[in-house]
Amino acid sequence: MARHRVIVVGGGLAGLAATMKLAELGVDIDLFSLTPVKRSHSCCAQGGINSVNSLTRQLGDAEWKHFDDTVYGGDFLAHQPPVKEMTEWAPRIIDLMDRLGVTFNRTPEGFRDQRRFGGTLFARTSFAGATTGQQLLYALDEQVRRWEVTAHVKKYECFDYLGPILDENGVCRGSIAQDMVSMEIRAFPADALIIASGGCGLIYGRSTMSMACTGSAVSRTFQAGARYGNGEFIQVHPTAIPGADKLRLMSESARGEGGRVWVPRKPQDPRPPQDIPEQDRYYFLEERYPKYGNLVPRDIATREIFNVCTKEGLSVENDRLCVYLDVSHLPRQLLDRKLAGILEIYEKFQGVDPRATAMKIFPAVHYSMGGLWCDYERTAEGGLNIGSPRNQQTNIPGIFAIGECDYHYHGANRLGANSLVACIFSGLITAPGAAALVQNLNGRAAAELPSTLYDRETQRHLARYKELLARPHDGENPYLIHRRLGDVMTKAATVVRHNDELDWACEQVQDLEDRARRASLSDTGNWTNQNVIFTRALVDMFPLAKTILKGARLRDECRGAHYKPEFVFPEIHATDPVQRRLEAEAWCDRFVENNRRWLKSTVASWSAEDREPLITYEDVDTSLIPPRPRLYGMVGGDIIEQVWRERGVREEAAV
Amino acid sequence: MSNTRHPHPNGEPRASQSDGRPGRNFNVVVLRQDGPGRPSYWERHIVEYEQDMNCISVLQKIAANARTADGRKVAPVAWDCNCLEEVCGACTMVINGRVRQACTALVDRLLQDNPEQIELRPMRKFPVIRDLMVDRSRMFNTLKKLKAWVPVDSYLDMGPGPRQSQENQQMAYVLSKCMSCGCCLEACPQYLKIELERKEGETEEEFHARERELHDRAFIGAMGIAAVDLFNTNPVGRMTATERLDALVAEGGIQICGNAQNCVKVCPKEIPLTTSIARAGRAATVHMLKRWFDR
Ligand SMILES: Cc1cc2nc3c(=O)[nH]c(=O)nc-3n(C[C@H](O)[C@H](O)[C@H](O)COP(=O)(O)OP(=O)(O)OC[C@H]3O[C@@H](n4cnc5c(N)ncnc54)[C@H](O)[C@@H]3O)c2cc1C
Ligand code: SF4
Ligand code: SF4
Ligand code: FES
Repeated sequence: MARHRVIVVGGGLAGLAATMKLAELGVDIDLFSLTPVKRSHSCCAQGGINSVNSLTRQLGDAEWKHFDDTVYGGDFLAHQPPVKEMTEWAPRIIDLMDRLGVTFNRTPEGFRDQRRFGGTLFARTSFAGATTGQQLLYALDEQVRRWEVTAHVKKYECFDYLGPILDENGVCRGSIAQDMVSMEIRAFPADALIIASGGCGLIYGRSTMSMACTGSAVSRTFQAGARYGNGEFIQVHPTAIPGADKLRLMSESARGEGGRVWVPRKPQDPRPPQDIPEQDRYYFLEERYPKYGNLVPRDIATREIFNVCTKEGLSVENDRLCVYLDVSHLPRQLLDRKLAGILEIYEKFQGVDPRATAMKIFPAVHYSMGGLWCDYERTAEGGLNIGSPRNQQTNIPGIFAIGECDYHYHGANRLGANSLVACIFSGLITAPGAAALVQNLNGRAAAELPSTLYDRETQRHLARYKELLARPHDGENPYLIHRRLGDVMTKAATVVRHNDELDWACEQVQDLEDRARRASLSDTGNWTNQNVIFTRALVDMFPLAKTILKGARLRDECRGAHYKPEFVFPEIHATDPVQRRLEAEAWCDRFVENNRRWLKSTVASWSAEDREPLITYEDVDTSLIPPRPRLYGMVGGDIIEQVWRERGVREEAAV
Repeated sequence: MSNTRHPHPNGEPRASQSDGRPGRNFNVVVLRQDGPGRPSYWERHIVEYEQDMNCISVLQKIAANARTADGRKVAPVAWDCNCLEEVCGACTMVINGRVRQACTALVDRLLQDNPEQIELRPMRKFPVIRDLMVDRSRMFNTLKKLKAWVPVDSYLDMGPGPRQSQENQQMAYVLSKCMSCGCCLEACPQYLKIELERKEGETEEEFHARERELHDRAFIGAMGIAAVDLFNTNPVGRMTATERLDALVAEGGIQICGNAQNCVKVCPKEIPLTTSIARAGRAATVHMLKRWFDR
């Protein structure tokens, strides 16, 4: 009998974790990546990875609190069982990575050190300098190399995944990929396909993400029939360095170690930041959120920075929006031991030493909470049934999605340092499920199927490739269309969203798509043709761009990263206690009503005829932690929290 | 360079001004090659100056424009990149004669040093795939040969790894920042290029096996030596140190290093390569003696 094979598309943390675990379970793997896997985007992750640990436990922390912080941070839009299971695995995941040789920072006694990150009051984040993602990625890369030597894993690096191969029953039987050097297009039979292709930041032109983050693999799977969840939830990170080619991240760890965000109280104060005395500085996050301070969740920090610059006119510079992120008050030795990696990036690109002078930063597109829709199997206790093939499986039988490109875990907003753990977790738990699926296949292994299915798909993709090469030379330049797409998406679908702007963006994107489908190539050769790879990725950005825009257009509320000023609940302005209470009661009524309408995942499927996503909604499993107002101890929000608590008590008494 | 089509730089039109001030254009010359075994040739481009440019944005502009300085339409230059912040190691090339990452090579700085032009060429120690893209799979084969990993029993839950001193962590962290960029190998006089062609009738597997065999016998380079140092100081890696030391003293091992110290000067991650080489050298000597006595 032929051995079963699994294809993994993507060698970031998620794909490598799945590969290594599958190999241990005795399954053979073909691993595909646009770059050598060691160069995957995960290496950019800076700040760290979250879990409850022995120190936080003694301060009252528990897995349940990590779970609670994550669903509260995500504004209750995440299905709770996968999140609960992830937070329970997190301490064991850090232990495993520690055993694999990750050089986590240490305390003087030799224990792993932890820092604080946003959206929590506990120091849960383990870190390796300020290049944690790189260190985690390398540890997994090394393990996978070990399995490569024993021939359990075959790597296809510098290959572009073009789509799944589905049989007449709609079951996945392999995939098609193109060698980016020789440009050969080939079919690869497999009994399961795991998509671990990361985020899609390039749809926004410039972001904090790497050049391979085009979303192409996801879009191709989506166009083949997989559903896509919560597309409109795109995280804009509060602190990045504005740049011409990329918006380089300044990790939340800068604030986790004590960095402070501020602007001069006097608009565009010309003095250098170090000469501006304390009383002339406006630490707006600390003033508005005394409990969490600079470590409020990202969506909130981003909006505050955006507002302080646009509404209050307090941007540090005249002709460019930015605020100060300041670590210059922290001891140099601490900065060098814990943050050197990111401070060097600032120094290299800006030519200014952030140890001495406050950095200038502004928000940038950073992460996609949405992704391929996938299933899970819940236990009676509310966790996951590990080993079930339903976990992380998309609606196409045999296709799984893991890592940043799935839609679980983060709801409407991701907490810092929760992605790395979600990536490794989803990779590790998908391995036994996928292994069970391929080992219990009733029917033939893909390797034994007649070649007709594979030939047909190869021909189809070959035809698309030839069409690209044969386009007339006088068409538009795809690089310029991409830039325009980025501008439109950044304007309409980032921090603040308005329906009229979203309508405008939908039209623009349709127009750009038509143009991209006609754009010409400046390279029509058949050897290492990067022009083809790029143009095809560009064309495949449009289905996801439309899904983001349409999801955002339809969702008339504010939730996490999705913010429409039109639907903001009014703040409590009254000073009279009776009036205040009345307003808070009304606020809470509206909160309940809004959740009834909108506490739902957006689920898109692609209509090939209309070239449009069809949007439906799915209930969210909030059975473990009931939704509550998400205020983070904001000044003036206490009365709402009080009213909400009292209602809870009354309800419990009634039960 | 016997096979260059244009001697470099020749009389092609130049940008009128290239002092890097806003609004001015500057010259970029690229050593191109259409594929393995093909001749290389210099090509001149004029690039419009913008603020905050690096060599990646220069190449992006060249790709968007796809015309040479003398107005010929050409295929865009091929190059590698991903992270754009010097952490993935993809974009290594030789810029104004120095091997480095294109993403951190800032145009303002380069034009200060040489207002005439920016010169880009592929690394010389690796086979060119096309233009500035080279095949560095040899580095990854070296990591296989050296068993550069921690040989854990399983991925099951066995509690945390061993406790470690801050000092040990700091040392290991510095070494484990190696992003396999290849700068140290490009600069090393002892590291020689290996390029082989696929024979007629040879399958891809056969070709890679033959290539792997050649790679296994050739010099591992500073990055390889530092990898042995890293895993042999890891508390668990140390348990299988002998296997790595065997590889370290085998053909292509540390004995090839002539101690020229070029490697340490070009490592973008400031890895103390010569310290590693010295430490690994001592371990290798002890290992050889032990092997000799154990015979
Ligand atoms: C600058 C930055 C800093 C961050 N810091 C943190 C942090 O401190 N903590 C945290 O928890 N999270 C952090 N994140 C988020 C986190 O890094 C990512 O979400 C995570 O690394 C994604 O991992 P992944 O395995 O899903 O995908 P990736 O690492 O993006 O890997 C995707 C893989 O898919 C492959 N691929 C893509 N398309 C194709 C195709 N068409 N064909 C073949 N292969 C393909 C790629 O080659 C790559 O191997 C950060 C993100 C950024 C941008
Ligand atoms: S010290 Fe050794 S490895 Fe480094 S450049 Fe010199 S010969 Fe090469
Ligand atoms: S040791 Fe330094 S120069 Fe050599 S490959 Fe590693 S990072 Fe690059
Ligand atoms: S693009 Fe990653 S190092 Fe330059």
